[in-house]
Amino acid sequence: MGIERRGAAIEIAHLTKVYGNGSAVLVALDDINLRVAPGEFLCIVGPSGCGKSTLLRILAGLDQQTSGRIDVAAAGWAVQNAMVFQDSGLFPWMRVASNVGFGLFTRGVPAAEQAARVEAALKLVGLIKFRDHFPHQLSGGMRQRGAIARAFVTDPAMLLMDEPFAALDAQNRAILQAELVRIWEETGKTVVYITHSIEEALLLGDRTVVMTAQPGRIKEIIDVPFPHPRNLMALSASAEFGRLKLDIWRLLENEVNRARAELER
Amino acid sequence: MSEPSEKWRERLLYLISPIGLLLLWQILVGLGFGDRRFIPTPSDIAARFWQLTLSGELAVNTLATLWRVVAGFVIGVVPAIAVGLFMAMFRPVRIFFDPLIAALFPIPKVALMPLFLLAFGFGDASKIALVATGVFFPVIVNTYAGAANIEKIYWDVSRNYGASLWVMFTRVVFFGALPMIFAGLRIAVAVAFIVLVAAEFVSTKVGIGYMIWNSWELLQVDTMFVGIVMIGLLGLVTSALLTELERKVIPWKTEER
Repeated sequence: MGIERRGAAIEIAHLTKVYGNGSAVLVALDDINLRVAPGEFLCIVGPSGCGKSTLLRILAGLDQQTSGRIDVAAAGWAVQNAMVFQDSGLFPWMRVASNVGFGLFTRGVPAAEQAARVEAALKLVGLIKFRDHFPHQLSGGMRQRGAIARAFVTDPAMLLMDEPFAALDAQNRAILQAELVRIWEETGKTVVYITHSIEEALLLGDRTVVMTAQPGRIKEIIDVPFPHPRNLMALSASAEFGRLKLDIWRLLENEVNRARAELER
Repeated sequence: MSEPSEKWRERLLYLISPIGLLLLWQILVGLGFGDRRFIPTPSDIAARFWQLTLSGELAVNTLATLWRVVAGFVIGVVPAIAVGLFMAMFRPVRIFFDPLIAALFPIPKVALMPLFLLAFGFGDASKIALVATGVFFPVIVNTYAGAANIEKIYWDVSRNYGASLWVMFTRVVFFGALPMIFAGLRIAVAVAFIVLVAAEFVSTKVGIGYMIWNSWELLQVDTMFVGIVMIGLLGLVTSALLTELERKVIPWKTEER
């Protein structure tokens, strides 16, 4: 399938985020520099507390950086970004179709167009039969599909995903990972994907950013050389996958040990 | 899903305590415990109830009370919900209203009746104002609590997906607070009847409260009890209506139960 356009280009320069002031300062992000190419699938791994979620929230406009710059070039896209959270965040009081169409409704998309786009998005994630259900009537995996549909339906230039599958069981996670990669390959959006799973980062991403904790910094950026379209099952069994996984694991292990030693000092 | 027989058993259990109490009452007074002029039996009260129903007296008083409750309820609840939601959405609004609520909530609203009589006269307006004031506080406090406790992710989703303040207000905050709003409405119904009946004791010539007080002064104790029973019935019916309404508008909560 041909991709007629590419997602947003992101340029992050000297970005810092500091919480608190005086003696109780917490440096959540320290001098983050990062370029994301249009249409890239970028994964960010790191121990908890490394600021990866904060970085994503700043990208989403939900938080403000303390200093530094973020440029997002998304010319020709009506919606710059849409976020998928670890919890689906579907409104319990709206039926699935209204939840999925929320980002269209808020932007005043005409009702007929809304309905058509929601329909297509529901088909994409396999929820068409559940359009009139409430979220509590769905399983966790289905709710997460709904959240993905809600993001995709707005046709954002970049998709920001914060451990979207972390709360799911292994099977549902594998299925949704495969579907996400398929949808991404078809749409050419830029994806920034946060995870604490090295394996997931290697399965999904073009590059993996390894972050360190306290302060949150970029330790290394690793190219993931596996071509698209990917067969995630076959990929996870390959030798090179295992080698990369071990490399990143060692990076993180050092970091976790260093952070712990610092705490004990 | 419970078996139908189990359902009936629960319904029976539900009725046993009130019916048992009435029977005990009937028997004890019938046996001569207590002076029947001051303590009528349930059957006396029922007979009087029927009499007053036929004469239309009960209907006139009930409608007067009901009108004051409904009007006061609407006038008090609508701004309470709106302001409660605004308090959760905007910190300055909360800081502005917090001390007012803290100071005014504990004042027994019946204590304001003379003030309302001065302001609105002896007609319906003073009672309606009293009911409105009484229901305002439990509803605003519950609405604020409900809206303030909406999970953070729903605010995040609203903002990230481009919701305007108006959309947040009408589609997110209001619905997120709705279960707590209903909890407030339940309290408000009880408060409405409490303050209104007390007000009707002294400041009107029509209404259930007037009926109760007037019959006490004339020592028509059975009529007095009819008034008390009527208030109980009205409370029961409004509570059932609220439950039904809640089931309609909060399907995502009520179905979980």
